[in-house]
Amino acid sequence: MKLDIFKKRKKQLAIFWTGIIAVTLGSMIITGYDPVLGITSVPKAIIWACSNFYPNEKSLSRLPIILSKLRETVLLSIAATTTASILALLFSLLGSKTTSDNRIISTITRLIASVFRNVPDTVWAMVLLFSFGQNAMTGYFALFFTTFGVLTRAFIETIDEASGDSVEALKSTGASYFQIVSQAVIPSSTPQLISWVLFMLETNIRSSTLIGLLTGTGIGYTFSMYYKSMNYNAASLVVIAIVLSVFVIEFTSNYIRRVIL
Amino acid sequence: MEKSNSPKIDGIIGLERHIIRTKGGKIKTKMSGIARYAASITMVILVILTIYGFCTFDYKDLDLLNASLSLLSNLKTVFLHPKASHFTVLDGLYQVIITLGLAFLTTLIGAAVALIIGLFAAKNLSNEYVSNAIKAFVAFIRAVPTVLWVLIFAVAAGLGSVAAVIGLSLHSVAYLTKAYSESYEEVDSGVIEALKASGASFWQIVFQAVLPSTITSLLAWTFMRFEINFTNAVAMGAAAGAGGIGFDLFMAGSFYYDLRSIGVISYLILAFALILEIFSTRMKNKYLA
Repeated sequence: MKLDIFKKRKKQLAIFWTGIIAVTLGSMIITGYDPVLGITSVPKAIIWACSNFYPNEKSLSRLPIILSKLRETVLLSIAATTTASILALLFSLLGSKTTSDNRIISTITRLIASVFRNVPDTVWAMVLLFSFGQNAMTGYFALFFTTFGVLTRAFIETIDEASGDSVEALKSTGASYFQIVSQAVIPSSTPQLISWVLFMLETNIRSSTLIGLLTGTGIGYTFSMYYKSMNYNAASLVVIAIVLSVFVIEFTSNYIRRVIL
Repeated sequence: MEKSNSPKIDGIIGLERHIIRTKGGKIKTKMSGIARYAASITMVILVILTIYGFCTFDYKDLDLLNASLSLLSNLKTVFLHPKASHFTVLDGLYQVIITLGLAFLTTLIGAAVALIIGLFAAKNLSNEYVSNAIKAFVAFIRAVPTVLWVLIFAVAAGLGSVAAVIGLSLHSVAYLTKAYSESYEEVDSGVIEALKASGASFWQIVFQAVLPSTITSLLAWTFMRFEINFTNAVAMGAAAGAGGIGFDLFMAGSFYYDLRSIGVISYLILAFALILEIFSTRMKNKYLA
């Protein structure tokens, strides 16, 4: 009997690994990925980066332009995150089971959030490009849409988790809806809500580079311009600027999290 | 409170441990003063920066009203009148599967490498200097946006799936190393100590204690990364010529200016993203909560 269990386990493991190998081979064939080329490209890229991809004196003269674009992109991410979080808070109050008794409204809200979240920002950027063109607003709305989707879901989960008991207590004392929201829901979930907003801010600073690259705006476009004109020294300066800004934002938000949580 | 043998009082003492009291002995029901202060300051600063941002953006004479109206009508076209014109829906489905393939490869490579690097990044299995060095390096890799890694590798390997796979894998390695090492660090220190005392080698500890007790959370993290990699693979198709549905999206948007095709592509991506989200939420709730 005991032997059978081991045999069964061995068989299951064999099936699991065969499945993984089969899917891997299948993926390699359809994507045209060559593992040898992949592995050899890593040292090649490192050698190339060491000999070409660093800022020099000439590229430093472009620093003011890069910094002004970086500032615009960071502010854009902050603006998109903040405004999206306000809308997400309203939607999450409608969608949460603790604050909304109406099941139909709650389901519709979750559905809307799910669509905004699961359509990638790449798609939003492409659609927005038609109406807004090469404009900062294209990036703003692309970030706004996905942030709104992600935060609505996160806020709903936070509200359900953090304030269930206190809402019930207030309800039993006969508090009105707005009293419940302002006295129980908001105070008990504020730290988590802020933590989520900061998390999305970190994510958005990174995604804004991608959206900028696609829509021809902000720091992403600056990088793509230098990259396409093979001015790798200036391009590396852009990368360093982005990395530093991400570090500053992450450090600040980690600090805030430590204080408020 | 005096100690008592009655279960009811014991229960109260148990409860007492979870209650935070102020210095005066009152039960704390709100955040501490500093925390509340920090939370309001954070919000005020974010709002100020937002307003400042809106005042300084380069709008380039954008007519916001007309653009918004055209956005609404465009969204209507995309979501209500989708129609594939430069490809068939079946072809689009195949392209989504290519994107899934990219996501799978990158997640697999990322997981395989991170499984090992994570061991050395975990404080309880490796020493503090190695752990801190790896964590700092990984933080740097994560700070560079994925698309930039792909473009940097593209110089060496050429634009295409090879650069995309390597670039996305690098980011996955960084993300998963952080997640895995945190899972490893949660392993009961008593178990590791007991194995060490009995003379077990490092790899015996890893295979007999660490991996068996963390495997479910490792799987949940890996699947979450798969979900992220799918979105990233779509983006790399559009921004770095990696193929798959992202490339079709880019062509429909920037080459054919065909909103109705974008609609079909959006629905295809949305369908797969929803399936992945449902799976990953289930795994997260089951194994990470």
